[in-house]
Amino acid sequence: MTELILASVLTVVPPIMTMMTAATPLVFAATGELICEKSGVLNLGVEGMMLIGAVFGFATAAVTGSASLGLLAAAVAGMLASLIFAVLTLTLLSNQVATGLALTIFGTGLSALVGFDYVGETIERIGTVHLPFLSDIPVIGRLVFGHDPLVYLGILVLLGSGWFLNHSRWGMVLRAVGDSDVSAHAIGYPVVAIRFAAVSFGGLMAGLGGGYLSLIYTPLWAENMTAGRGWIALALVVFASWRPGRVLFGAILFGGITIAQLNAQAAGLGIPAAFMSMLPYIATIVVLVLISRDAIRIRLNAPACLGKPFRAER
Amino acid sequence: MKYLAKLASVGLAVLLSFGLAYSASADKLKVGFIYIGPPGDHGWTYAHDQGRLMIDNMLGDHVETTFVEGVPEGPDAARAIAKLAETGHKLIFTTSFGYMEPTLKVAKRFPDVHFEHATGYQRIDNVSTYSARFYEGRYVQGVIAGKISKSGVIGYIASFPIPEVVRGINAFMLGAQSVNPDMKVKVVWVYTWFDPPKEADAAKVLMDQGADIITQHTDSTAALQAAAERGIHAFGQASDMIQFAPDTQLTAIIDNWGPYYVKRTADVLMGTWSSGDTWDGMAPGMVTMAPFTNMPTDVATLARETMESIRSGAFHPFAGPINNQAGEEVVAAGAVADDGMLAGMNFYVQGIDDKLPE
Repeated sequence: MTELILASVLTVVPPIMTMMTAATPLVFAATGELICEKSGVLNLGVEGMMLIGAVFGFATAAVTGSASLGLLAAAVAGMLASLIFAVLTLTLLSNQVATGLALTIFGTGLSALVGFDYVGETIERIGTVHLPFLSDIPVIGRLVFGHDPLVYLGILVLLGSGWFLNHSRWGMVLRAVGDSDVSAHAIGYPVVAIRFAAVSFGGLMAGLGGGYLSLIYTPLWAENMTAGRGWIALALVVFASWRPGRVLFGAILFGGITIAQLNAQAAGLGIPAAFMSMLPYIATIVVLVLISRDAIRIRLNAPACLGKPFRAER
Repeated sequence: MKYLAKLASVGLAVLLSFGLAYSASADKLKVGFIYIGPPGDHGWTYAHDQGRLMIDNMLGDHVETTFVEGVPEGPDAARAIAKLAETGHKLIFTTSFGYMEPTLKVAKRFPDVHFEHATGYQRIDNVSTYSARFYEGRYVQGVIAGKISKSGVIGYIASFPIPEVVRGINAFMLGAQSVNPDMKVKVVWVYTWFDPPKEADAAKVLMDQGADIITQHTDSTAALQAAAERGIHAFGQASDMIQFAPDTQLTAIIDNWGPYYVKRTADVLMGTWSSGDTWDGMAPGMVTMAPFTNMPTDVATLARETMESIRSGAFHPFAGPINNQAGEEVVAAGAVADDGMLAGMNFYVQGIDDKLPE
């Protein structure tokens, strides 16, 4: 009996580990976008920032030989890209939706251009963490302590963001800015500066998510390699109704369904692959419908000033 | 006034030099290539690009080559092909199965342009088809996998359910069964030729489900690298990928298009090009294999012997008796599958645990 349980656990553990790594780029990108949206700025450029992060991260790693430097470069590149967006929308007050879409298109092109010479290059990969004793605990050891460091960093950042938004003074200021920019301005908070910070955090995280893909997940550069994960991250923020805890759940669900789809095929279950692939999106629509029915719940979580430009009145 | 005259003469000189450059290149035969992925994929497109470079090397004095990369299969392909035809390319290689309809469509509009469509089966007067018998290499891989695998489970990453891919899976399975009749192969369809993260996902999933050897019919090195990370063995695809996974790659099927490309280009130069179908394998060298690495000597020897007997024609990978999944005999003992059956293969051989998608 114990053998049977152990055997079934052993068949379940590896797919869950694979799901965790599939969820990690989404965790990064969605956390960044969550903070950004909580400050009242809608940045639709996540996909573009991820690609920019992915290509600059990979190029840096290929040139310097250090994947850690690559990750750093990915984060910085994503942040710089988001600053373009911030200047355009916050200083020059351009339309956030249009600018965000433009950022995605720009990022796709720029990354293809920069990455041209790096297609087919190889780099050293960052290995998985191996903690003495802990990683060797049967079953749980590998599941909990056997990932690459970024998986843990992603979860930490997400938990940190949750704490920041709900329990720290500046987190509450950030939410205030997102909910009523005019009032926050009236009581003396620097609305534009706070939004700048939130947008650059979003870019930093999107860049890291992209860097995770090109440096750790599949250590290579290919054009458009994010393959829509930036858009999934955007959907994920809505799916999670702007709550960090739900982002983690959603990321595992969204990342996991891709893996589950392939698993179902390998196991010969005969479920059409296309059907499984559309499940996360159906889930998003269902969640949207559900939360839309409850106006109070939206009002509690959705930043009231999302996407609205702010001009300081003297 | 003087200034204007100067300007005019400079302008004239520029125009003239453009004209000269144009006429110089107009003398050369322009050969165009349409690629599904980037030449740097180190797989399928890379192999075609190596063929293109061989044309440059051998016929560079008479020929100028161009390529368009990352062309999606479908309407965009027709535009890209037509663009090459409009810009004076007289020989155009379209190097993916899904370019079949677009190639035929464009070919009808440009009757004086020669087209070569890889892995297709429809020809007209100015469209030839060509392919390689990759299944010969797949069979050898199957033999190796059957010998090396400890779990008895092979993970197979498949792209699209077309005869080309199904034939590969069958050949692989027949090779594996020849050394281990109980061999299992798990198939995952990713519905793409080139999407590295998805290919890696598929490899991980197959390994999660107990496969200890990975083989792929997709174009990137991602699956091989995913196998390397877990310390198991895998096969390279379309070109030697050993540099991406030195301790992982057992061998790789290498698509050697160069000699065919040079010959067809020479045919156009000499005016002897005609539409036809070419399906070559190991014997003429269109399919070769990377060195047998990371395996015991006896397995490498067996692999080499298998390869030799296929090359010499002494053995055919699809020699009967072969049964389909339902257990019905499709190739009788003593017979071999004919090219018609191979080209349209739409069934799995007995022993494969997967339902072929419609």
